[in-house]
Amino acid sequence: MITRRNLIKTGIAGLALPLASAKIINAAETLFPERFEKPNIRWVFLVDTRKCVGCGLCVKACKHENEVPYDTNITRTWVERYILTKDGQVFADSPKGARDGFIDKKINLGEKGSRNVKDEDIQKAFFVPKLCNQCESPPCVQVCPVGATYKTEEGIVLVDRDWCIGCAYCIMACPYGARFFHPVHKVAEKCTFCYHRLKKGMKTACVEACPFGARMIGNIKDPDDPVTKIIMMERIAVLKDEYGTSPQVYYLGISKEVR
Amino acid sequence: MKNYVLRPLYAIIALVIVVLIIREFYVPKDFATHGESYMYGWHRKSNEDEWKAFKVKYKFDNEYCKDCHSDKYDGLMQAPHAIIKCENCHGPALDHPTDPSKLIVDKSRELCIRCHASLPYPQSNRANIRGIDPDKHNPGIECSMCHNPHKPSLEGMK
Repeated sequence: MITRRNLIKTGIAGLALPLASAKIINAAETLFPERFEKPNIRWVFLVDTRKCVGCGLCVKACKHENEVPYDTNITRTWVERYILTKDGQVFADSPKGARDGFIDKKINLGEKGSRNVKDEDIQKAFFVPKLCNQCESPPCVQVCPVGATYKTEEGIVLVDRDWCIGCAYCIMACPYGARFFHPVHKVAEKCTFCYHRLKKGMKTACVEACPFGARMIGNIKDPDDPVTKIIMMERIAVLKDEYGTSPQVYYLGISKEVR
Repeated sequence: MKNYVLRPLYAIIALVIVVLIIREFYVPKDFATHGESYMYGWHRKSNEDEWKAFKVKYKFDNEYCKDCHSDKYDGLMQAPHAIIKCENCHGPALDHPTDPSKLIVDKSRELCIRCHASLPYPQSNRANIRGIDPDKHNPGIECSMCHNPHKPSLEGMK
């Protein structure tokens, strides 16, 4: 028979178990606070496409700084040229990832050769620098079968070169094509936001190399950071938002044709 | 339960134990989620330090160059090219002046036409840069024959 006394007794006993387990989780956090402390940093990137001139000095600097083989057609960052014609055609090219800049009007169509668009037929033409989006939900990390790629506390996605088995799942998983295979180390390779430079208080090589200030890096957790202010105040866009990756490279002055 | 049912089960249990033992020795001690999610957190903690120790090549600090190359620095600072870092053209300083003792002096046309090949794209900053047609503007001659790269305006013509 349920009496008031019995109900309270069993009620306390029934609640005690789940509450105790919750306490254990909290206890771990109290015992090892250093394990749960997170730095107040989240690195994000901002690209102002209106300032970019397509000189490719960022690509050159990145390849030298990060020991990416210079003459091989791979790169951690690259610049794309978009040309939209008045009759509605869209052309995009990035010869050698724009390592040597854009030096003529010919559009590189890969195996199909090249194509010339007359100045008067151009509706819009501009350059878009690209690099790893350091996603908040990185699909490349999710698919790694061995835990060789991971997101650091500051939000940067890195590859463990000793632990990577070179299966290339991550290269296929990235919707931005930001990953590639490193021909020397034989592992997956990607932009690290120049992790080694950020940790020394420097900015990334591509940001420093850009003479026009088209590339910026900042800490979105710092409300006084100029990059954070622009992201909060201006009209910005990210690439392929619909993939649900929460990319952290923000763009100013972008057009819907850019993918 | 019948023995023939259990026998493969023993084999599977033995296999699992062997794998767990190998895993114990093979997987580094600092391989864990380290407070992050199971989906994105698994990694070897010491790898963060390995990336941190990666060598910095570019200083990208014109002030560093100023002390010895003040003549070049002063001229450059008055020119529109002041926005370009020394190392953009001269290559990464590394441990210059110790190693390497000399940096690159790149006089190729390819370096200059990165910006100065005329591409009049209306929505791009490129249209605001004074440009030439590399095929028509003194082809085959180094730009620095006429233009001083540290002071490239017409007043600075050699």
